[in-house]
Amino acid sequence: MAILIDKSTKVVVAGMTGKEGSFHTQQMIEYGTQVVAGVTPGKGGQELFGVPVFDTMHEAVERTGANASLVFVPAPFAADSVLEAEDAGIPLAVLITEGLPIQDSVRLVNRLNSNGSTRLVGGNCAGLITAGQCKMGIMPGYIFTPGPVGMVSRSGTLTYEVVWELTRAGLGQTTCVGIGGDPCPGTRFLDALEMFEADPETKAVVMIGEIGGTDEEAGAEFIKHGMTKPVVAFISGRTAPPGKRMGHAGAIVSGGLGTAQSKVDALLAAGAQVADKTSDVAGLMKDALSAVAV
Amino acid sequence: MKLHEYQSKELLERFGVVVPRGEVTSDPDEARRIAAGFGGKCVVKAQVLMGGRGKAGGVKLFESADDAATFTKELIGKRLVSIQNPAGMVVEKVLVGELVDIAEEYYLSVLLDRAEQRLVVMISKEGGMDIEEVAEKHPDAIVRLHVDPAWGVADFEVRDAVIRAGIPGPAQRQMVAMIKGLIKAYEESDADLVEINPVAWTPEGKLIAADAKVSIDDNALFRHADYEATKDDSADDPLEAEATRLGIAYVRLGGEIGVIGNGAGLVMCSLDEVSAAGGKAANFLDVGGGAGAERVKTCVELVLKDPNVKGLLINIFGGITRGDLVAEGILGAFEQLDVQVPVVARVEGTAADKALEMLAGSKIVGAQTMQEAAQKIVELTRG
Repeated sequence: MAILIDKSTKVVVAGMTGKEGSFHTQQMIEYGTQVVAGVTPGKGGQELFGVPVFDTMHEAVERTGANASLVFVPAPFAADSVLEAEDAGIPLAVLITEGLPIQDSVRLVNRLNSNGSTRLVGGNCAGLITAGQCKMGIMPGYIFTPGPVGMVSRSGTLTYEVVWELTRAGLGQTTCVGIGGDPCPGTRFLDALEMFEADPETKAVVMIGEIGGTDEEAGAEFIKHGMTKPVVAFISGRTAPPGKRMGHAGAIVSGGLGTAQSKVDALLAAGAQVADKTSDVAGLMKDALSAVAV
Repeated sequence: MKLHEYQSKELLERFGVVVPRGEVTSDPDEARRIAAGFGGKCVVKAQVLMGGRGKAGGVKLFESADDAATFTKELIGKRLVSIQNPAGMVVEKVLVGELVDIAEEYYLSVLLDRAEQRLVVMISKEGGMDIEEVAEKHPDAIVRLHVDPAWGVADFEVRDAVIRAGIPGPAQRQMVAMIKGLIKAYEESDADLVEINPVAWTPEGKLIAADAKVSIDDNALFRHADYEATKDDSADDPLEAEATRLGIAYVRLGGEIGVIGNGAGLVMCSLDEVSAAGGKAANFLDVGGGAGAERVKTCVELVLKDPNVKGLLINIFGGITRGDLVAEGILGAFEQLDVQVPVVARVEGTAADKALEMLAGSKIVGAQTMQEAAQKIVELTRG
């Protein structure tokens, strides 16, 4: 069933009536996602694209059975929206919003982890898609096609780039997980790799990392000791100078930590294939999959 | 957002951290008055947001108020240059502070530990040098104390950490208090870094923050209108400062090929490709999600303001961003700006076909892939 979401997933969109929220709600419905509710405090009772809007998450869950929340709420209120989803018993929250203050994400992620009932993906991410079944994010749906490759990435557009190459090479995908470009994300490489390893439909995984932090290295540790499926990785930012933040709040090399080279070395040592160029990923994946088939 | 030393000290003082007496000024006569208040014995420190300011000649100790005034006069308006900041920065203000007698120098900082996803206090009895240097030479001399986001830290944990760091007995109580003040300052002011280096232990047995560095989380400025008002962007490159005002993610990199793309990861990857093709990127620029024609035009304009730019690479993978609108923006910029440098555009994804059609009749060179685009622009730029 791929991971995290599938055609039975019932999505509630927090901030559905906003500009981004409404645009992407429409796109998701067109893709075939079951968008069952929207939540915007003060706008309960309205309807958008035939989807009812509620004032609270609790009401949305009670009335529609929503079991995944996609959050477009502006940064100052975004953490609160995720907490509301947790309190309403929603097991999955995907936070698209960019610009969450560091302390909000630290408190949020630690609380969710210690309660253990809701998984957060993001913030500042492109979201999730299980090809052909459910799109819960802002990615262009037409580039994805169902198949055996799982994907996890910190970057949205770089994911599209690689997915497009995979799709054109005839390599479809199970689920693509955008973990986002923030320094304190809810889901990390390690988490996604564990889920892909446990998913029978996923036969191999593409992992797209970038400079900053040590989450790629932690993922490499799991690849080394806990992963039987082949992994093809790509790391961007090899030429980025230290101390300069490359767009994503988390993409910065500081204090000698988080260089592209350290990530590439860790992944190679763990037995992953590391592509030099995005255009090499599909070829490496093809080889990896044919080795699995034998 | 980085704060100046004097602002950092004011902030920390509000949270109970002991800082040396001192005042900020840009007037030599004022400097004389402040220094006289300390009996002439003082330190004059240039207030510039760059590392290595001591080695650059921006910090000096004095025995007389007149000398402090003379030095202030020399410093104001002067450009200081350091290894960390080769372009240098002009001094607009100095901090005139009392001299602190130092028996020992320690180190303290609070920042996010990304691997642990919580705040960490770093404590070392090896202060006065860069913490990177300490980490390299004496890795055991840095003690890390994590802060529970719900509970904070218990006093005993702080005491344990201070003892493990080897801070001598008489300084321990004050060190514990300083650490608790630092954590509070970090949390309540939404900092992303608080650092005191050195923490001075005086012969009289006082623990003082002899220097201070605070940086506020840009994403949290909506909660702190007071800091935003004091924002000093003179540390930024002028084009970077302009980009910030326009809300564009732009980083100047010093090479000759301007790079524009959508999405931080894709742009970073484009920089790598330019380098792999043998070129040097002039900048990082992310147009952001869903950029329209006007926005793209503004971005092209900004990148071309850098006089080093000899060629322009545009790499768009349309998702929410529509290729045809990007093409419209590029063509609009060409019409208005009299662009003289070669431009290679690679547009893929949403409405890419239409974009390529629109660009076909122009001087813009097309490319199928990011790698091909990077090779083409490097070749064209070589002439």
